[in-house]
Amino acid sequence: MAVVGPGSPAPPFSLARHEGKPFTNADLEGQATVLVFYPFAFSPVCTDQLQIYNEVLDEFGERGATLYAVSCDATHAQEAFRRSLNIEIEQLSDFEPKGATCAAFGVLHPGGFPQRALVVIGPDGIVRWSYMAPSPGDLPGANLIFDGLDAV
Amino acid sequence: MTQDLRSSPLPPVTAADRVRGPAGAPVVTVYADFECPYCAALELQLRAAELRVCFRHFPVRSKHPRAWPAAQAAEAAALQGAFWEMHDALFADVARLEDPHLWARAERLGLDVGRFVADSRAEAARERIQQDFRSGIRAGVAATPTLFMPDGERISGRPEAATLARLGA
Repeated sequence: MAVVGPGSPAPPFSLARHEGKPFTNADLEGQATVLVFYPFAFSPVCTDQLQIYNEVLDEFGERGATLYAVSCDATHAQEAFRRSLNIEIEQLSDFEPKGATCAAFGVLHPGGFPQRALVVIGPDGIVRWSYMAPSPGDLPGANLIFDGLDAV
Repeated sequence: MTQDLRSSPLPPVTAADRVRGPAGAPVVTVYADFECPYCAALELQLRAAELRVCFRHFPVRSKHPRAWPAAQAAEAAALQGAFWEMHDALFADVARLEDPHLWARAERLGLDVGRFVADSRAEAARERIQQDFRSGIRAGVAATPTLFMPDGERISGRPEAATLARLGA
């Protein structure tokens, strides 16, 4: 399975926000969106990744981009995770139907969790850049996202 | 463009960097956070080896709320010629990094504490730490500690024993 590549429209998808509202293709309009797919809430490796991205949230904002973290965990687990990390990055849940959005973006691991992947989507809903880590233990740096935003 | 955080190679070690170790020994660069216990452990392991170690700040605020003040303390100590003394004193007890603990360390090291406090709050210290942090982001640092080997290979997080063995650590 390959992650959706540049030039393709974002596939139709629906994720759940913490307050229960859906986050869909309509929410991509008018701004650049960065989806950060991570395997599991509370797994130690993601912890560093999201906390370091959180350090440079202002810079993503200056580049006109909003960052969201996506996993198959339930919204309550994601919120607990976000609070425990003391970060602002909004969490989006692919819990039900489980992994459907991850599968649509080509990042669902056979084990039922997202591969560690990054997808940059333009304000027109077209994917501009994407990256999938060679293994879930590989941490992509924030620099890769800033490189990817050049394509927006 | 000061905000540029796109990929860029690891900046070479210069005279402006904090470096210690025997002249002529292989050089490693560490991006670390003074509140990070894994960083403290790595620093101890590196200290025991025949290496020149370049230390660069990588404080992660959300994870370690006292990492920034600790980095500022190290920079303030540097202005009194005591960067490494403060570096070692900080890593020796990563659980005691509140302001009074930092002042006590400055006093113990024989620093002018009034000057130390003023310097640790100065913009110059913040800028230097931010500059290190940004260079780390651009070089792909995504975990603390991150170690760059003498050949430039990037090791994220706790290095495996075999990696340390390659360094004689």
